[in-house]
Amino acid sequence: MTRRSLLRGAALGAGAVTLPTLLAACGSGPGGDGKTVTLGSNASDEVPRKAFQDAFDLFEKKSKKSVEVNTVDHNTFQENINRYLQGQPDDVFMWFAGYRMQFFAERGLLTDISDLWKGFDGFSGALKDQSTGADGKQYFVPYYYYPWAVFYRKSVFEQGGYEIPTTFDQYTALAKQMQKDGLVPFAFGDKDGWPAMGTFDYLDMRANGYEFHKSLMAGEESWTDPRVREVFDLWRGLMPYHDKGANGRTWQEAAQSLAQKKTGMAVLGLPHPGQQFPEADREDLDFFPFPEISPEHGQDAVEAPIDGFLMSSKVKNEEGARELMKFLATPAAEDAYLKSDPNNVAVHSGADTSAYSTLQKKAAEMVSNAKQISQFLDRDTRPDFASTVMIKALQDFIDDPDDIDGLLGGIESQKKTIFTESQE
Amino acid sequence: MPLVTHARRTRRRGPRRFTRRDLAVIGVLLGFTILLDLFIIWGPTVASVTLSFSSWDGLSDLSWVGGDNYDTLAGGDYPPFWPAVRNNLLWIAFLGLVATPFGLLLAVVIDRGVRFSRFYQSTIYLPVVLSLAVVGFIAQLIFSRDQGALNAILGNENNPTDWLGDRDLNIWMVLLAAGWRHTGYVMILYLAGLKAVAPELKEAAAIDGANERQTFLRVVFPTMRPVNVVVLVITVIEALRAFDIVYAINKGRNGLELLSVLVTDNIIGEASRIGFGSAIAVVLLTVSLGFIVTYLVQEMRGEEHR
Repeated sequence: MTRRSLLRGAALGAGAVTLPTLLAACGSGPGGDGKTVTLGSNASDEVPRKAFQDAFDLFEKKSKKSVEVNTVDHNTFQENINRYLQGQPDDVFMWFAGYRMQFFAERGLLTDISDLWKGFDGFSGALKDQSTGADGKQYFVPYYYYPWAVFYRKSVFEQGGYEIPTTFDQYTALAKQMQKDGLVPFAFGDKDGWPAMGTFDYLDMRANGYEFHKSLMAGEESWTDPRVREVFDLWRGLMPYHDKGANGRTWQEAAQSLAQKKTGMAVLGLPHPGQQFPEADREDLDFFPFPEISPEHGQDAVEAPIDGFLMSSKVKNEEGARELMKFLATPAAEDAYLKSDPNNVAVHSGADTSAYSTLQKKAAEMVSNAKQISQFLDRDTRPDFASTVMIKALQDFIDDPDDIDGLLGGIESQKKTIFTESQE
Repeated sequence: MPLVTHARRTRRRGPRRFTRRDLAVIGVLLGFTILLDLFIIWGPTVASVTLSFSSWDGLSDLSWVGGDNYDTLAGGDYPPFWPAVRNNLLWIAFLGLVATPFGLLLAVVIDRGVRFSRFYQSTIYLPVVLSLAVVGFIAQLIFSRDQGALNAILGNENNPTDWLGDRDLNIWMVLLAAGWRHTGYVMILYLAGLKAVAPELKEAAAIDGANERQTFLRVVFPTMRPVNVVVLVITVIEALRAFDIVYAINKGRNGLELLSVLVTDNIIGEASRIGFGSAIAVVLLTVSLGFIVTYLVQEMRGEEHR
C-alpha cells in the first residue's frame, strides 16, 4: 500500500482523466441519411459566401437534397488542408485547379469523376487539362476564374496619348514615356510575397512559352538555365520603372496609387484593382493582356486561377455528392453565383453573360481565346516550394536586381532539396 | 497541541499512511499533472527532436534522412535561416541592453515622484495591454512608406524612407515597436520592486555616507534580486518567442525573419515540411535551453548561498 499502490492510483487517475475525451472523440460523426451532402467551404468573405449560398439554395430546390455548408476562414482552410483531408473531410470541398489539385489526387485523397466529365459540356480543352490529374483522370469541377492582366486607367492613357502596347519593346517605351511625363509607370507592391509572382509568370510564359513554364514549375527544368536568366534580365530592365519600395507595400496600396493616378499600370488579377477604386472611378478602369515577348509564343497563355470543387475519397454520401458536382458544372449554378459576385468570370461557355460588366466581358473573352491557362505560381508548383523558396527569392530580387546568378543558384539548390524530399 | 502529536504518532507508526480516499485524491491530482507534463511538454519535445531527423509532408510515408535537415540549415541552403538566428539574437540584445534598462530608469524616475507620475505610469504601461499583433498593426500605420504617419510628418514626399520595406532598416523599427511595449512591462515590475525596498535600507545607506548612485547600485538594486530575475527571464522569453509583431507586419519576411516564423512557415500551412520545420524548432529549443540552463544553475547556486 505504499509506493506501488500510489503509482497504481496515479495511473487510474490518469485513465479517469483521459477516458471521457476518448469517448467523446468516438461519439461524433453524423450518420449519412442519403439526403444531406456536406460541403467544406473556404469562402469566408461576405460577398462570395452569400453568392455560394445562392447557388446551393438553387441545388436544394432542384434536387430536394440539402447541402450542409461548413465555412472556414479562407487562409485557415488552406493551411489545414492536409489535416482536413486526412481527418473527416466533407463530401465535397472547394479547392483550386492544376498542380495543387493533382498533388492530392496522387495521394489518393480525391474521388475520380471522369464519368461525370463525359457528360459535361461547355468547358474548353484548357479547362479540362486543369481539371485532370497526373493519371489522366478528371477530379475537379471548375466553377469560376479571374484572369491576370495589365490594368490601367483609360483617362490617364487618353490624357498622355498612350497606345496599348502589344510587344515588349512598346511596353518598355511606354514606361519610359510615362516616367518622362512624371508618372511612376508600374504600381508595384509585394509585401505579401505573392503579387510579384504574376509578373514573373507572364514574363516567363511570354519569353519561353507555357510548356517550359509548366515544367519549370514542376521542378523538371533547372533554374540556372539561360532561359530563366533571360526572364530575370528582362525584369531587371523594367525595374527602374517599377514603384520603389515594393517590399514594404501591399497590393492594395499599389492599386490605390493606380486609382490616384500616381502610377500608370499594374499587373494584377481581375478582382484586385476594382476593390480599391472608388465607385465612381470603376468605369475608368481597364486592362490589356501582357504584351508579347517572343513571336513564337505571342500572347497565347493567360494566367487565370480557377476555383472549383473536389470530392474527397472519404465521401459519405457519394450519390448526393455526385449530383451536386453535376449541378455545379451547369451554367445555371454559375449564374446563381456570379449574380452576387461580379469580381469573377464563369467558366462554362453557356453561362449568362448579359449581366456582366464591360470588364468582366473583356476578361471572359480573353480567357476563352487563350491557348493555355496557367494557374499562378503558387498554384502551379509545390506549395512548400512556392511559400518557403519563391516568395523570398522574388523579394530578394526586388531588393537587389543585380545579383541574378547568385539568386538563381540559390533557388536551384533549394529546389533540389524540396523536390527530392518525400517524392519516393 | 494534542492533535499535532497525534498526527506525528500515526505517521511514525508504519507504512499505512494514506487512506483510500487520500490515494484517490493524490492519484487524480498527481496523475493529471503527470499527464499534462508528459503530453504537453515532454511528448511534443521528443516528437519534434525525432521528426527533425525525418522528411515528412504529413500525407505521404515518413522517411528518415538522418542529419540532412541540419546540413541544409547550416550549409546555407536555406537562406532565411541565418538572418533569423541573427534577428533573434539581436532581439535579445536590444530588449536586454536597451529596453530593459530604459524601463528600469523610468521606474526609478517615477518612483522618486515626478509630477504627474500617475499619468506617466499609465501611459507607459498602456502598450503592454495591447497584443504584439496590434502593436505590429500600429507600427504599420506609422511606418508605412506611402501612407504612414511618420513620412507625412517628415514631409519627404519625393523620396520617402521605406521604414518597413528596407531590409537594413525595418528590423530596427520593429525592435523599436517591440521595445516600446517591453519598456512599459519592465517599468511596472520594477515599480513594484522599488516600492518593496524598505526605506530603512536607504536611510541606513545615507547615514553611512553613500550618495544616491551608490545607494541605488549597491543597496537598492541588489535588494530587488527577485524582481531582477523575473525581468531577466521575461526579457529572454519575450525575445525568443517574438512572432506576432513581425507576422502582423509582413509575415516575417524581407529582413524580419525569426526562428519562430520559420518554424510556422514550414510546418503549418500547405508547405508541410514537417521534418525540416522540426529541425528549426530544435535549434530554437537549443538556444532557449542555453538560457534556461544558465538561469537554473545561477538560481540553484543562489539558493545554496542564501
